[in-house]
Amino acid sequence: MIGAMLAEAWHAMGANRMRTFLTMLGMVIGVGAVILMLAVGQGTQQKVQQSISSMGANLFIILSGSSTSGGARTGAGGVPTLTLLDAQALAELAGLEEVAPISPGSAQLVYGSNNWSTQVNGTTPGFLTVRDWGLASGSPFTDSDVRSATRVALLGKTVVENLFAGDDPVGKTLRIRQSPYTVIGVLASKGQSLDGRDQDDTVLIPVTTAQRKLFGNQFQGTVRFIMAKANSAEVMDRTEVQINDLLRQRHRIQEGQDADFSVRNLTAMANTAAEMAKLMSMLLGAIASVSLLVGGIGIMNIMLVSVTERTREIGIRMAIGARQRDVLLQFLLEAIVISVVGCLIGVLLGVGGALLANKWAGVPVLVTPFSIALAFGVAAGVGVFFGYYPANKAARLKPIEALRFQ
Amino acid sequence: MVSVIDIVGLHKEYVTEAGAVPVIKGIDLTVEEGEFVAIMGPSGSGKSTFMNILGCLDVATSGRYLLTGQDVGQLDSDALAKLRNQVIGFVFQGFNLLPRASLLDNVALPLVYRGVKLAERRRRAQAMLEKVGLGNYGAYPPTHISGGQQQRVAIARALVNEPRLILADEPTGNLDTHTSQEIMDLFTSLNRDEGITVVVVTHEPDVAAYTRRLVRLVDGVIAYDGPVVHTEVQS
Repeated sequence: MIGAMLAEAWHAMGANRMRTFLTMLGMVIGVGAVILMLAVGQGTQQKVQQSISSMGANLFIILSGSSTSGGARTGAGGVPTLTLLDAQALAELAGLEEVAPISPGSAQLVYGSNNWSTQVNGTTPGFLTVRDWGLASGSPFTDSDVRSATRVALLGKTVVENLFAGDDPVGKTLRIRQSPYTVIGVLASKGQSLDGRDQDDTVLIPVTTAQRKLFGNQFQGTVRFIMAKANSAEVMDRTEVQINDLLRQRHRIQEGQDADFSVRNLTAMANTAAEMAKLMSMLLGAIASVSLLVGGIGIMNIMLVSVTERTREIGIRMAIGARQRDVLLQFLLEAIVISVVGCLIGVLLGVGGALLANKWAGVPVLVTPFSIALAFGVAAGVGVFFGYYPANKAARLKPIEALRFQ
Repeated sequence: MVSVIDIVGLHKEYVTEAGAVPVIKGIDLTVEEGEFVAIMGPSGSGKSTFMNILGCLDVATSGRYLLTGQDVGQLDSDALAKLRNQVIGFVFQGFNLLPRASLLDNVALPLVYRGVKLAERRRRAQAMLEKVGLGNYGAYPPTHISGGQQQRVAIARALVNEPRLILADEPTGNLDTHTSQEIMDLFTSLNRDEGITVVVVTHEPDVAAYTRRLVRLVDGVIAYDGPVVHTEVQS
């Protein structure tokens, strides 16, 4: 029965090809738009997620604060108020798993005939834990390297590519601002950060080496910022308060006075970014859905015309034994076939469009089985929803009136 | 034995803005299994309306209509559809074949609504086409054959569910004399050889002459019901 009706629906569509094509086009564009928009939205979302997980989980960043000197206030980090001792004190907090002080600076690197300018971060072995950062080869520096300020370096992937051109850098010696450093390891690749910087374009050295030997330091023992990793997401809020209390106490800041440092919950900020990406994805999908709705209305319109045109045919069918539900099913199937075939073409165009957007414009895209299933579900739903009214109208015709219709 | 058609006190009115217009004003009629009946009458006599009620396409305003013992007035639309599908075979003046479907599919259509499987549908439809002498035409659309052939296909469609009653509404109205004779010969053999009850509405005396019982309607009532005699047919 269904087979015969599907065949008839196919026939009916073939009888008026141009009209069927135009009706279908509404669905094709609607579904294509939904697939494309979801692909772009989810692609962006996925990229943000990747950036967040590359940053490390449950992360705090503690910045040196502003200071006021003769009425002129410097920006955050303008004066280094945080010290290595602050970092050691913070490491005692129960809520923190690991703490890493960081002294960054820019330096020219030379190896053989190649040279490269990059950011050099002086830090402690804990940094790798804080950032969930592994090594591709070699081994990390140790606390004893920090204590004795040895000249050792861990290189990011981008630095390796620019300086070593295929050689294995581990064990080699390169020059940072003229001084020789031994490469003891290569960092695993992290990719882009949330703001699009290349996280692999970096060098890590012991913080003491950076302070005493590489950059020198106006204020002995201070660092620009401290990164800290909490034990879990649940303790983040409580730990933030503890960090504030501890540092205010250590820096002897009175009640009511501005702190000379600031604590930021990076994970919360990242989650906000993720929420925004998700919102954008939904918004794009919602806008595209409007065209799907318009396509559905097109189907309803053409089905109404079709029912009127074929009133006599409906009368004949009823005269030879079609029940109301047979007529209903027939027209409903026609609407569904139009919308599902339109959907099929729309999915192909949408996926194709997404791949082209990715290839030519570099837009991050992600086509999931879910979005394709969603498109088919919605298309079938649109067929049923917008096909029901015309089909029901056909089914409710009185046999004799339908048969007399000219 | 139960009559094929058993009608008592049938009335039909059409409601218009000017008020109710009675078209059928009290008809009693019984048709037994195996009869071959012609219904005649001038235009406006109500014979088409009566035919539509007989065929369960329209419902009477009042009166009782038993079709093979079932009270049609008590049935819902699904049950009426089933009667049209399995008890009645319709033949129309304008053939009423589906123009886009092949002849075989046209003949098989009543079987679709009966829920018969595809292979069985094909087999039975083909057998019916052969019965009306068009066994080689199954793949053609209706537009490729003549009016007489189309009416034979329509008869094949009416027969495919093995109905007990064939209702033909001016079946030769669109055909020339020669083809009309062929069609009426076909009805005659179906009635005589297979015992199918046939009721034909016509205004042509030649057509009525094939039947064995004549019912004349005048102004919504039966004016004559009896054997086919020359004077009644001509008047």
